[in-house]
Amino acid sequence: MNVPLADLVIDPLSAVLIIPAGAAAVLALMPGYWVAARVNVLASLATWLAALSLLIDRPAIGGYLFVDDLNIVFVVLSTFVGFTTSAFSASYIGHELEIGRLTPAHLRFYHAMYQILMFAMNLGLLANNIGLMWVAIELATLTTVLMVGIYRTHAALEAAWKYFILGSVGIALALFGTILVYMAARPVIGEGHDAMVWTALIERAHSFSPELLNVAFVFLMLGYGTKVGLAPLHAWLPDAHSEGPTPISAVLSGLLLNVALYALLRFKMLLAANPSALAPGPLMVTMGLLSLIFAGFMLYRRRDIKRMFAYSSIEHMGLITFAFGIGGPLANFAGLLHMTMHSLTKSAIFFAVGHIAQAKGTQKIAEIRGLTVSHPVLGWGLVLGVVAIAGLPPLGIFMSEFLIVSSTFAREPLLAIPLVFGLLVAFGALMLRLSEVAFGEATGSSAPVEASYVPLFAHLALVLVAGIYLPGPLVAWFQGVARLLG
Amino acid sequence: MDATALDVAHLLAGGMVLISFLLLYQDRMFALLNVFALHAIVLAASVAWQAHIQNAPHLYVPAAIALILKGIIIPVALHRVVIRLGIHRTIETVGGIGPTMLLGMGLVALSMVVMLRAAATADPLAREDLAFALSVLLLGLLMMVTRRNAVSQIVGFMSLENGLILAATGAKGMPLVVEISVAFSVLVAFIVIGVFLFRIRERFDSVDVQALDVYRGEQR
Repeated sequence: MNVPLADLVIDPLSAVLIIPAGAAAVLALMPGYWVAARVNVLASLATWLAALSLLIDRPAIGGYLFVDDLNIVFVVLSTFVGFTTSAFSASYIGHELEIGRLTPAHLRFYHAMYQILMFAMNLGLLANNIGLMWVAIELATLTTVLMVGIYRTHAALEAAWKYFILGSVGIALALFGTILVYMAARPVIGEGHDAMVWTALIERAHSFSPELLNVAFVFLMLGYGTKVGLAPLHAWLPDAHSEGPTPISAVLSGLLLNVALYALLRFKMLLAANPSALAPGPLMVTMGLLSLIFAGFMLYRRRDIKRMFAYSSIEHMGLITFAFGIGGPLANFAGLLHMTMHSLTKSAIFFAVGHIAQAKGTQKIAEIRGLTVSHPVLGWGLVLGVVAIAGLPPLGIFMSEFLIVSSTFAREPLLAIPLVFGLLVAFGALMLRLSEVAFGEATGSSAPVEASYVPLFAHLALVLVAGIYLPGPLVAWFQGVARLLG
Repeated sequence: MDATALDVAHLLAGGMVLISFLLLYQDRMFALLNVFALHAIVLAASVAWQAHIQNAPHLYVPAAIALILKGIIIPVALHRVVIRLGIHRTIETVGGIGPTMLLGMGLVALSMVVMLRAAATADPLAREDLAFALSVLLLGLLMMVTRRNAVSQIVGFMSLENGLILAATGAKGMPLVVEISVAFSVLVAFIVIGVFLFRIRERFDSVDVQALDVYRGEQR
């Protein structure tokens, strides 16, 4: 990639990667918190704009990077949530600095890591090389491990250690799967770099050795599945979400889980292109359904509000995996839509929860009561978010869940029973906790909190609009991607 | 490819599996670290041999990285960490060596059955290399599960990564980028681990991972 510097500046594909990488270097050296937080927001905004320009002017497929209908959806979504989260983070960490939970030195590290994480996620999404994709996801894992442990409390260290061990094992299994895919491709495509290029792999996948592909997919499913947070490999997820800084919980739930799922989808497409390989659907359906029902029940016993929403993320990732496992144009469409809606809603909920935990000085559900009385804006923001995530009409998640259920009825009617059961279980738990937290007599501090409401309500507004009216071109786009997924 | 080349490759890869078994039951920290260094040295020899028989000089780079980083620097650094943490005299209860070894044998048998069958069409060198690599990987996983000390878990994890490098070099013509980045990620992971070990020690006064379990988010 010997491109002159002048070309790099105007090429949006490189910009999506260079902006966060450059910003990370700058932020690592920048001492002041106030400026650094603004630079973080600006860099994230610039990355999002660069990603948007990829929609209009799509670059040619390269040996290392490429843009197609599938990954552009993920890139635009993740850079957008990355941008709004950076805006939320600016007000969130200001408060953390005030109460002394973080020092300025921590913040330099935090901001640099935030941008490295953005870089790694964009690289993982844009990579046209299965090896490079793996490296990017590994990098994203290591940065989030460091950020989860940033508070250095007992619980944060435990969470980070657990995340590190489970995440590394998952990522190691995924690498083994990647090597096996290379082994399967080598006799057909030939040795070297070409046999790891995804666009070359998908073209020739029909003549790969099916046995090797099958074994490879099992490893990839276990490996990347750990990162998606599918039961029974989810153990790291609730801890990592509850103990790290809340902006990181938002990014983990809204973005990193998606990136891992994206990697899984790429390999699912490879298997689907090979007629004699095992059908990846049943495996994904089983793990997805298991996660959905398991997380639904686990929601009842949560005492920590961030942990509760972490379990809700497991539930929704299970649901999305289930939808892609069912396959077909409708279920894939529903899966994509649900993924988008979940990212927006869950990060909005974490924005609200972050400020609530700061206002009340606790994350324990039992000590948070009557939020709509003590903090009306935050309280109602949370109510709206939880109503959305629980799948009530007219919000976006209702529509995507409805589509998932109806496509399941069309293709596998029997599976619809456990699916609806799991959804209802989770719905009950969320409503129960919501009524405790949001209504009744207010407890704890009711001092006003300096919060940025814009990211929270921007996300919720998008979810509401999507629930009422999806623009035609967007629907056509998603349908195209759904067909691509097979 | 002549028979000797294949035999030596098998000898080295098989040697790694045996050393993985040795790792499983070491209950003293220093002995564990020494055996791990041996594991890495055999890996380096195995990768170098692959470089020789595949006529792929670029593979000497991962071999050198394995030898220097994992065979010398990391064990020496962990040695120091163990002394500074003051756990060099502790004898770790590994618990049921017999069952663990039996389980390990089962895992090796499993990986042989799976890989030899799945990779039936690949050339014999790559196929058997993969089977050995999967064995090393699974034994590393087993070690991580059976250990409670944070340092031993790390050694288990690094032996698991040795298995990955064995697999990557056995796959002929795998782009070098991948191997280098694996090595690099090990380095980063090691730094992360080092930082964590001291923080855990600082907070818990112990590196027994069981001490961590008390602080589950649910019980606060």
